[in-house]
Amino acid sequence: MEMKFKAGKNYGDVAMDFDFAVSGERVGVFGESGSGKSTLVGMLAGLLQPDQGEITLDGESLFSSERGINIPPERRRIAVVFQQPTLFPHLSVESNLLYGFRRTLPEQRTIDFATLVDVLNLEGLLERGVNNLSGGEKQRVSLGRAVLANPRLLLMDEPMSALDDNLKFQIIPYLKSVSEQFKIPYFFISHSLVEMRLMADQVIVVSGGRNAALTTADQLARARMGHSPVGYINLLKVKTPRRIDGLFAYSWGNQELLISAGNDQAEALFELSSKDIILCKRHPEAISARNLIACTVANTFVSGNRIGVELACGDQLMVAEVVESAAEELGIRSGSELFAVIKAVAFRRLG
Amino acid sequence: MLTFTPADYEAIGLSVKVAITATILSLPLGFLLSYILTYGVFRGKLLLEVLINLPLTLPPVVIGYFLLILLGRHGWLGGMLEAVGIRIIFTWKAAVIASAVVGFPLLVRSMRIGMESIDRQLIHASRTLGAHWYDTLLTIILPLSTRGIIAGSSLMFARSLGEFGATIIVAGNIPGVTQTIPLAIYEYAASPGSETMALSLCVVSVLLSLVVLIFHEVMGAKLVRRS
Repeated sequence: MEMKFKAGKNYGDVAMDFDFAVSGERVGVFGESGSGKSTLVGMLAGLLQPDQGEITLDGESLFSSERGINIPPERRRIAVVFQQPTLFPHLSVESNLLYGFRRTLPEQRTIDFATLVDVLNLEGLLERGVNNLSGGEKQRVSLGRAVLANPRLLLMDEPMSALDDNLKFQIIPYLKSVSEQFKIPYFFISHSLVEMRLMADQVIVVSGGRNAALTTADQLARARMGHSPVGYINLLKVKTPRRIDGLFAYSWGNQELLISAGNDQAEALFELSSKDIILCKRHPEAISARNLIACTVANTFVSGNRIGVELACGDQLMVAEVVESAAEELGIRSGSELFAVIKAVAFRRLG
Repeated sequence: MLTFTPADYEAIGLSVKVAITATILSLPLGFLLSYILTYGVFRGKLLLEVLINLPLTLPPVVIGYFLLILLGRHGWLGGMLEAVGIRIIFTWKAAVIASAVVGFPLLVRSMRIGMESIDRQLIHASRTLGAHWYDTLLTIILPLSTRGIIAGSSLMFARSLGEFGATIIVAGNIPGVTQTIPLAIYEYAASPGSETMALSLCVVSVLLSLVVLIFHEVMGAKLVRRS
């Protein structure tokens, strides 16, 4: 997918002007509420007409004020998964799923209905009305409906923000598997850095109705670490839990982590804030923290008034943060050997 | 004891026929105008809105008089229709037109309220899934406006049953031809000794109104349960 976007819209005194070119399959749009993300989505989908500019997708002009082009939404083949699962309340789950599919040209119908139903785990729901579905089920139907319309670009506009934390991270594997299996490029719009890092390779940062240069989600998270109350969030994929003394011992690459908030599922994803990691030069003794991990400093970076310390722990990486004086006192630089001290209760399970 | 003459039965039948015809004929235009007023952005929207609602504030007699000017034998439209052999004035068709004009704002208002309650994102979703505007209109907006359509139709039907002022001017009060229930009651009320007849038609009027209101409530409750 190749997108060139240089267009804007004015709302009285507030001007929204976006200018970016992006190619790739997993693009993120990151911004706080009111930053202009929804305006951008509206202009991309054809639901909002820019005042001026040009938008092209894979070389085809979707909008050009100069050439008088404005392709209507039904002909753009850009499907949207909205923040709230906007299912048609008078139709069954199956009819909702097939709404876009039936309006697609037969030669463009490359996605098999049965396969999609299987991937999204919707078999038992097809005959049901949509009003009694749970939030997660509704969003899966909404996603399936958009995918079955066989779009050349999928816009996911904060698709998880209406879900609670538990459901949020249950839906991510579906979002990922749908895009991977059906090869549909997407724009993932969110104000959550964690979601960005799970869903996007490149990120367009939107703020005050404008966008900054492209970055990666990880670079963005590192740059914001020193300014964020939650620091840098490490995302740790762990597996094969064993119960030990009321805790769960997970394999994390070739390391082991003792975590309090575990369960018996074979695989899990935990978040760990850079603020919750203490660095020591020597092996600490008689300490309450359950995780003492020997690691090597792979890299350091500055973010605000903090030093980010990228730690190589066996074959895994994580980021801790320290203040400047601590970094100096411990002599932290690439290659330094340290111990990371982490409490078992510092991990938060995401999915 | 209720007493009815053959002319009363004709008046009851005609009232129902006029109200049903006026409501059915007004539905497509009412739906289209409700759609335009709800979703359209254009110059002159306010003027259109005022024109549609004007019959709500005008005395029905004034509406009847305007219709007489328009549809009379020498009227702008009546003259043209007369030339091709169609006569409107002082026929039951004139009563239908009078009822339609008077009840139309009620129909449009209710339909509009129904349409305004539809989540715009459903419409956006439909468009991005490949539906043209008319496809969205038929497959999303129309079914989701059902409550508004039923409410509007019931109100208009009830208003048509009670229409008097415009009808008497444009259709007259001809027993068996244009005499509806209100016109028959008016005639009985003006004739000494016809109180029982007048009261009998009043009872019929009340019963018809009750049926319409109960239908409205039952259908509304059914739709609420379904959604």
